Amino acid sequence: MSHTLQDKRPSAAAPQGALSGARMPRWAPLAIAVGSAALGSLIGLGAGLDSKIQWALLAALVFVAATYLITAKVEGSRQGKNQVATSLVWVCFLLAVIPLLSLAWTTISKGAGVVDGYFLSHSMSGLLDTDEGGGVYHALLGTIEQVAIAAVIATPIGLLTAVYLVEYGTGKLSRAVTFFVDVMTGIPSIVAGLFILSTWNLMLGFGVSGFAGALALSILMMPVVVRSTEEMLKLVPNELREASLALGVPQWRTILKVVLPTAIGGITTGVMLAIARITGETAPVLLLVFGTKLINPNPFEGAQSSLPLYVFEQYSVGTDASHARAWGAALVLIAFVMILNLVARGIARWKAPKTGR
Amino acid sequence: MDTTTAPPTDAPPPPPVFDKGAPKAKKQLGDRIFLGLSRGSGITLLVIMAAIAAFLTYRAMLAISKDETNFLTTFEWNPQGEPVSFGIAVLAFGTVVSSIIAMVIAVPIAIGIALFISHFAPRRLAAPIAYLVDLLAAVPSIIYGLWGAVFLVPYLDGLNKWLDEYFAWTYIFDKTNEGVARNLFTVGILLAIMILPIITNVIREVFLQSPKMIEEAALALGATRWEVIRMAVIPFGRSGIISASMLGLGRALGETMAVAVVLSPSFLLSFHILDAGGGTFAQNIAAKFNEANGFGRDALIASGLVLFIITLLVNGAARAIIARRKEYSGANA
Repeated sequence: MSHTLQDKRPSAAAPQGALSGARMPRWAPLAIAVGSAALGSLIGLGAGLDSKIQWALLAALVFVAATYLITAKVEGSRQGKNQVATSLVWVCFLLAVIPLLSLAWTTISKGAGVVDGYFLSHSMSGLLDTDEGGGVYHALLGTIEQVAIAAVIATPIGLLTAVYLVEYGTGKLSRAVTFFVDVMTGIPSIVAGLFILSTWNLMLGFGVSGFAGALALSILMMPVVVRSTEEMLKLVPNELREASLALGVPQWRTILKVVLPTAIGGITTGVMLAIARITGETAPVLLLVFGTKLINPNPFEGAQSSLPLYVFEQYSVGTDASHARAWGAALVLIAFVMILNLVARGIARWKAPKTGR
Repeated sequence: MDTTTAPPTDAPPPPPVFDKGAPKAKKQLGDRIFLGLSRGSGITLLVIMAAIAAFLTYRAMLAISKDETNFLTTFEWNPQGEPVSFGIAVLAFGTVVSSIIAMVIAVPIAIGIALFISHFAPRRLAAPIAYLVDLLAAVPSIIYGLWGAVFLVPYLDGLNKWLDEYFAWTYIFDKTNEGVARNLFTVGILLAIMILPIITNVIREVFLQSPKMIEEAALALGATRWEVIRMAVIPFGRSGIISASMLGLGRALGETMAVAVVLSPSFLLSFHILDAGGGTFAQNIAAKFNEANGFGRDALIASGLVLFIITLLVNGAARAIIARRKEYSGANA
């Protein structure tokens, strides 16, 4: 654990004059860290605690206490508090990093052995859940179709709403839309699923299909697209709009030919991030698409599968073979989402609108 | 709505008349169509929100009217039983308790990480870490669930035993049944890990906007870094922290798959949070859906409606706080 204390000069420990107080040497935090790690382990060993986590917790407590006491003694209590706060912030960071690294490592190490060409190109057709083998082809196909349909529905509505909010909206309507878009961002995915269930399936009488799932996903996607597009349109310099309008170009052409092209990079990024978000949604798919072992290329008729749903199903089966498939599918899913994310952010950086600086 | 769009906004009545004649009429037609389309999209969104509320309420009413016990206080879920009996007491309790645990863990850590990124991290590290946090917010919840069930649950067994041994006197940490750690406590920890990136992102944005002049002035007066944060950064970001927490809370309340995978559900309401069992709204819907017939689905929709209302209130409040803060800081910027 290293400390960065940019406001602290690495001057000698002894006070030089009236204007500078005593300073800890730069290696002090490291020394305290090593010392408290040793002490924590010793106490842990002595008390017969078998969990390494408890050792680490003890060491962390010793570290915080020792840092405070030593710094307070040498530099004064205000500096001591500062050191404790610094340590705590670092501890927070490490606490958060550990589970996240563990998550990434578990997924990659357990999934990497499963994913291969066969896994990606075969479905579960003709296999019992307890059998070995099988693959995710049907789930991958389902996910891509459902997400594509959702994107086709949600993107135009989201874009036009954002255009309305930024370019036209001033009155009560736009304030209401802004508020409800924000609220809509927080709708639990399962509620979106229940809504489509109660209208499309229960009221209109359609059966399960990939399209029903896509409808629910599009509800989840719309507010995300609106928000990100709105942010991007606001970045377009007003001078461009004014120049275009001053040349006599009608407003709708100004928007189509000047405003949107200027912001297109950011808008693309926003749409792709929204797609990445809905790709991982399981709950609405569980309610509306239902899941199947077979390849069903038609999203408008009959049950389909999807990657997140497949992960859930295979986990629920509970055998070794199915758990392996679950991890394999999880790796495929996470790779899919991460690639979308990275490409989207790449586009954002590449096409960032010039803000006039 | 804000100043960036001042001049071209007044579309419906045409802006100061330039000339009267054919070209203007043409302009207005194109403009009118485009305005109609974009306004229509905005209205579509409002209609969808209204429709969600309306349809869920309608189906929920169908279900609740046949419920022979009190929908709010019943401890069982038996919509297809002989006396039709189902209630949300256990679900509401589980949802609230797991979300509270998640908030208690996640909010302080998120503040810490946000401070780390905005004020403590070496500048070279800050941007990649912020980027990483962004990516983590995109990890699908089912993967968190899978990881939680396979990795976190066995791992937390030890912690559960330890808490039970030393903190059983607090009542809530008293573990009364033998079972693996598929309990509300584990769910809370998993939810905390899941909402951490979202909360961190929002808080970090707020902290980065805190007025540099004040921070530098405080440093120049000899304040330590912690004093600067306590006196300048956190007071400035307080409403941001509150609204970020509520956004995270909204996420935690509605989380479905991670909970469904990790929890071993039961319809017992127990304050012993280490006991396996309990349930949440979303988890119950996912778990019961496949075995539910037409009426059972209506009952699940009724519980979904309650979840919808709760998240609506939480998110609405969070957004209202953010909006107020925007005006406030806009006046000062």
